Amino acid sequence: MTTKLFGQAVQRVEDDRLLRGNGQYVDDLMPGALHAAILRSPHAHARILGIDVDAVLDVDGVVAVYTHEDLDGAMAEPLPLLIPHPTLTHGRTQYALARDEINYVGEAIAMVVAVDRYVAEDAVGRIHVDYEVLPPVVGIENARDGELLVHDDVPGNRAARMEQEVGDAEAAIAAAPHRLSLDLEVERSACMPMEGRGTVARWDTDSHRMQVWTSTQTSSGVRAAVAAKLGLDLGQVDVITPDVGGGFGVKIVHPWPEELLVPMAARALGRPVKFIEDRREHFISSAHERGQVQHVDVGFDDDGRLLGLSVQFWHDNGAYTPYGLIVPIITSTQLLGPYKPANYKVVFDSLYTNTVIVTPYRGAGRPQGVYAMERTMDAIAAYLGKDRTVVRAANFIQPDEFPYDQGLLFQDGRPLIYDSGDFPASLEKLKALVGWDDFERIRDEARAEGRTVGIGLACYVEGTGVGPYEGGHVHIETSGKVKVSTGLTSQGQGHQTAFAQIVADELGVPFEDIEVVTGDTRRSPYSVGTFASRAAVMSGSAIALAARKTREKVLRIAADALETTPEDLEIVNGVVQVKGAPASRIELGTIAVLSNPLRYAFDEASKAATQFAVGDPTKPPVADDDEPGLEGKDFYSPLRSTFANGMHAVVVETDPDTAEITILRYAVVHDCGNLINPLIVEGQIHGGVAQGVGGALYERMAYNEHGQLENASFMDFLMPYVSEVPKHIEIDHIETPSPLNPLGLKGAGEAGVIPSAAVFASAIEDAEGFSITSMPISPSELFALRLHHEQKLQEGPHA
Amino acid sequence: MSTHAPTQTDPATGEELHDVRLHVNGIVHQVRLPARRLLSDALRHDLGLTGTHVGCEHGVCGACTVLLDGQPVRACLMFAVSAAGQELTTVEGLAQPDGRLGHVQQAFKECHGLQCGFCTPGFLTTITAGLRDNPDPTEDEARDMIGGNLCRCTGYQNIVKAVCRAAELGRLEPDQEDQS
Repeated sequence: MTTKLFGQAVQRVEDDRLLRGNGQYVDDLMPGALHAAILRSPHAHARILGIDVDAVLDVDGVVAVYTHEDLDGAMAEPLPLLIPHPTLTHGRTQYALARDEINYVGEAIAMVVAVDRYVAEDAVGRIHVDYEVLPPVVGIENARDGELLVHDDVPGNRAARMEQEVGDAEAAIAAAPHRLSLDLEVERSACMPMEGRGTVARWDTDSHRMQVWTSTQTSSGVRAAVAAKLGLDLGQVDVITPDVGGGFGVKIVHPWPEELLVPMAARALGRPVKFIEDRREHFISSAHERGQVQHVDVGFDDDGRLLGLSVQFWHDNGAYTPYGLIVPIITSTQLLGPYKPANYKVVFDSLYTNTVIVTPYRGAGRPQGVYAMERTMDAIAAYLGKDRTVVRAANFIQPDEFPYDQGLLFQDGRPLIYDSGDFPASLEKLKALVGWDDFERIRDEARAEGRTVGIGLACYVEGTGVGPYEGGHVHIETSGKVKVSTGLTSQGQGHQTAFAQIVADELGVPFEDIEVVTGDTRRSPYSVGTFASRAAVMSGSAIALAARKTREKVLRIAADALETTPEDLEIVNGVVQVKGAPASRIELGTIAVLSNPLRYAFDEASKAATQFAVGDPTKPPVADDDEPGLEGKDFYSPLRSTFANGMHAVVVETDPDTAEITILRYAVVHDCGNLINPLIVEGQIHGGVAQGVGGALYERMAYNEHGQLENASFMDFLMPYVSEVPKHIEIDHIETPSPLNPLGLKGAGEAGVIPSAAVFASAIEDAEGFSITSMPISPSELFALRLHHEQKLQEGPHA
Repeated sequence: MSTHAPTQTDPATGEELHDVRLHVNGIVHQVRLPARRLLSDALRHDLGLTGTHVGCEHGVCGACTVLLDGQPVRACLMFAVSAAGQELTTVEGLAQPDGRLGHVQQAFKECHGLQCGFCTPGFLTTITAGLRDNPDPTEDEARDMIGGNLCRCTGYQNIVKAVCRAAELGRLEPDQEDQS
């Protein structure tokens, strides 16, 4: 019998190629292409009075230069607002090349196409732009003041105000025995994949087809955008996503200006054109996330049980809103985590600033929501003098309460209903894993040695596997090899491996015989994309369904050939055999031959197939309800999102002199339903925790008052190296399968990063004994907080 | 030699070109390049060795790390003309002579030491040099070895594991040392 692969730590099939340097990332393709370079705004806010490109035309090697004046038709219109929302009353998007006003440093103004990137950049440096510099709006407070405007026609810089309420939060808070208020802040960070954005396009003059290879999280989305903006039929455009060097959200925005400009130039010039973003460009012209200011009012009882929760927050959406309100909507709903406040009200303003756009970054609004909720839980525990885990446990949704309806609308417009989970069991596991109950002893021992340590925890629930659909296609070739396609992309999550594991089990074929293709619109034209921890849930389910359809056909044809019934057959190691009589057998490849009544004997398999009689000579070779070939295709479309969950705990040590923060232990309990491949899931957790450490302790976007990003390089924007991450991450899984999909899956891609700001704030607060309300926190900030706290103590309680 | 006089002008760009002999993975390539062509670009675009990746172009991320006479260097911080005549090893040169994965590559595969794979070539070259100097590193020494390379996907735990596993493979099969 074939060993079941679902749930096994199978080594990745992707790796051999990538380890040999044979990966194919966008910049590895089309070596002879022309190169594009973009002139980007040096000002955060300015009017363009004139652009002089004359000096460019003298540069040898320059092929073309484009400004907004050179764009026509739909290309001259603003870029799409991808996800409109009724409360997004003042949505704004930029032009592919700026028309008259620019709203952030880095906004695209002109594009040069030349024989290589060096020459293209030389030429960009010769373009002269006449600006009328305008005062910029930087930071949430300035945006909220509304004194200066980003867009003249958007009063108060408010793109949207959205409100949801369950019960009567204000009345419940007013009537509660205890009340607290918190003011919290989180700064901007960014995805920073090691590979920046990149696009190469070729216009095939013979077949009138546009072929685009782009480092995206959505091939089908880019395809639709290119077709719409360049006036092509969808059927004329192919978008292929090759190897992608990381995404984390920033590559879901579509189209980026360059994803339109490059195909446009390729068609106009009749030559392939390539754009490869450099690191500075990535900082100033892609997307950031996380920046929020929050105010929480909470009422609770003597046990710390929530009676009413009211949250208001201000979300910095940057200069435009191409991705709508997804990030703040997620914050406002996922804030509730594993808890059930009886009454909840949330209001947010999404505000324009003259800074880079804000779009989902791994976790997508959840880290901020979890931060607000978990800071509140810690504050309640501190106020009541209770253990922080006890207060959380008092508020948990209980295992017998699933499915649990939070009474809100989620980001997909569907009810926020949790499908499964076991929060009390997760908390017990986490406490055991991190040694929670033993920590007071460790703290005392550390104190005796003059050391300061603290422990923190944070819980989250994460809506994953968001719809509307994904598809799977499974094709068994006459060689017995199985070719699988799904439309969503892969940017390092091991999809080829995980999906092949699913197919191997469903079809009973050897893992090595399965090849999975992702993100190619030629193979899978209908698809959504890789984001929101949806790949395994959506494509995994779709592929399983497609494989089941294929299996049905396999068994039908085999039953006919072996003169038995499908129920009497099983597939073992690529061979269909009669249960209990394995000598009666037929190879899958042979069935593939039988499925196609084109009876030329191309190969040995075809010759073998001619031994079996197929069909009734009185009927057509392909029946009315059948089709030739051994293929199965299906789509999976869920009723609503599934909800993964988990809890993190960290032990930190803070240096009494330098305030340096050191991670001593890090523990994760994680529930993503059934695990397809624990190796890959744990890898996702490791990576998420590292990004979370970055967001909590190091990363911030240092905009000055002029809207200049002062740390737009890896020398100045501090991402964790190996020296900054926990040496070991202790992980325990709990598997509460989702009832919503055929494999019981929940997403796992983002979980690692979601509770980080909250868990570090909790631990640092515990170590220091004063509240932490603003993240990330650097040693110098912690040092300043200590001084402030000491000063307050000296001044006494009434100062 | 890195001081060749310009021999020709590029007809497309008017740039002066230099004849440069690059020794890469045991093969000698004769190329004609502008003096300002980065080594990373020359490897990738002139020689087609696209395994060396460019992540930041300012020497911080380490994705473009290659071995220059056995020492790890950032190919994005060096002009191709200045690498003339020296022995370069890129990720394409790390497999064993019989075509099997080299020890470091094999260890990365076993330990799930890569996700998107973009930073991986720089880690592989760096570790190859590191294990040559210290074939039996402690876990802390393994961390030091990769302390200059950025990875955004893996969280590094599995890369540290891979360094230790590669050292173990090297001890198990010392005769099949990686080509470097």
